[in-house]
Amino acid sequence: MTEVRKPVQDLLTDYDIFEPEFVKDPYPSFSEIRESGCPIARTERYEGSWLPTRYEDVVAIAQEYETFTSRGILVVPPFPGQGEGAYGGVTAPPITSDPPDHHWHRRLILPVFSPQSVAKFEQGTRDLCNALIDEVIDKGTADAAADYAQHIPVRVIATLLGVPLEMESDFTAWVRAALENIMDAEGRKWARKNIIEFFLAQVADRKQNPREDDFITELMNTEVEGKVVPLEYVLGVCNLMLVAGVDTTWSAIGSCMWHMAQHPEHRKQLRDNPDLWPSAIEELLRMYAPVTMARIVDHDIEFQGCPMKAGDRVLMAFPAANRDPRQFENPDEVILDREHNRHVAFGSGIHRCAGSNLARLEVRVALQTWLERIPEFELVDKTDVTWAGGQVHGPRKCLVSF
Amino acid sequence: MRVSVIDDACHGHQMCAIAAPEVFGSDEMGNATVLISGDIPAELQAKTRRAESNCPERAIVITD
Repeated sequence: MTEVRKPVQDLLTDYDIFEPEFVKDPYPSFSEIRESGCPIARTERYEGSWLPTRYEDVVAIAQEYETFTSRGILVVPPFPGQGEGAYGGVTAPPITSDPPDHHWHRRLILPVFSPQSVAKFEQGTRDLCNALIDEVIDKGTADAAADYAQHIPVRVIATLLGVPLEMESDFTAWVRAALENIMDAEGRKWARKNIIEFFLAQVADRKQNPREDDFITELMNTEVEGKVVPLEYVLGVCNLMLVAGVDTTWSAIGSCMWHMAQHPEHRKQLRDNPDLWPSAIEELLRMYAPVTMARIVDHDIEFQGCPMKAGDRVLMAFPAANRDPRQFENPDEVILDREHNRHVAFGSGIHRCAGSNLARLEVRVALQTWLERIPEFELVDKTDVTWAGGQVHGPRKCLVSF
Repeated sequence: MRVSVIDDACHGHQMCAIAAPEVFGSDEMGNATVLISGDIPAELQAKTRRAESNCPERAIVITD
């Protein structure tokens, strides 16, 4: 089916986050909105939403969780019937939770993702990256997105969850339908059904065959106030790990690879001065923040002159915030040793990405391993790179030669 | 120079520990802890200022 897309008349009143040019490169549009007299744009598309583009506004909304709730976090409305039927209550805690439940939802998973806890994934991630490079290194060419970036987070998350790595392509297909091709409501419904059925079977299997040192088992056995957590919570957290932990990080790795392919001076800078790696990763995360989340307005409010109504959707464009010249000098430039970098690639406030330490580790190890083995590489054709956008922004085809 | 973290404001971005790992660490929830009680040694002060200017929650307080 070919969809007929109504051309955008005015970015400030009619933006379209799925318009092909916006998907490929949303930054000129963010900038145009931000520097207009009206830095919070509005659209009636996809049942309507608001789009703040200034750092200050995005952060203020993220902090005000009582007004801007997490009842809906996708940039599109729920599919018809979502939330109904058996397991209709499965969400993705804590990302979809509001206080007071948010507090315990988050406390239960944060220790799994502390810097100390995720360190144990470093060697495995490095081995995995090396194995992927082994597959392409003699060919002299590779798709940095599809042959490399795409395979890294899904395998790390499958390992963390203790689910079969052989199902990688299924996981990837579900996640893409859930988070990437989200204009297709039927696809989202299909993904949700598959994810819930899959984790129901994983839970059942663990009841039959108890495992030790296993994330899902520990989750199932967790008690809150003397009671074992409900099944819906277990399924929800597993859903979150898969959906939020895969497409996002893969997009970040892909964008970094796309950047490095075009910037030999940055490759050299990191080679000559490896101490730059920590600030370089933060700078690349600022520049290529992949994720836009949404919030649902709780009650009618005027925010920065915008008449927001209860139930309105607000798009938390963290990528736009990260390019605001009021907050960052030369925001569209990658400065690997940037001194002041309060970037919000992982959000802000109580919903700071729970997996941020793991994501950071994966991005760093993926880049370091590639650059050690393939120090010089370039884009095959700058005009032949394809992108995903909307909720998650990153390259999906990015051919490089070396 | 002394440094502290406003606990309620810190949401565990860990950008302070990335900028100044000698000065900041993490508790089991991933929230920031200060590793140095008392004065920050001269050689770590620049890093500590950098950590403050990398905190997205503005949760780090430096007192000279």
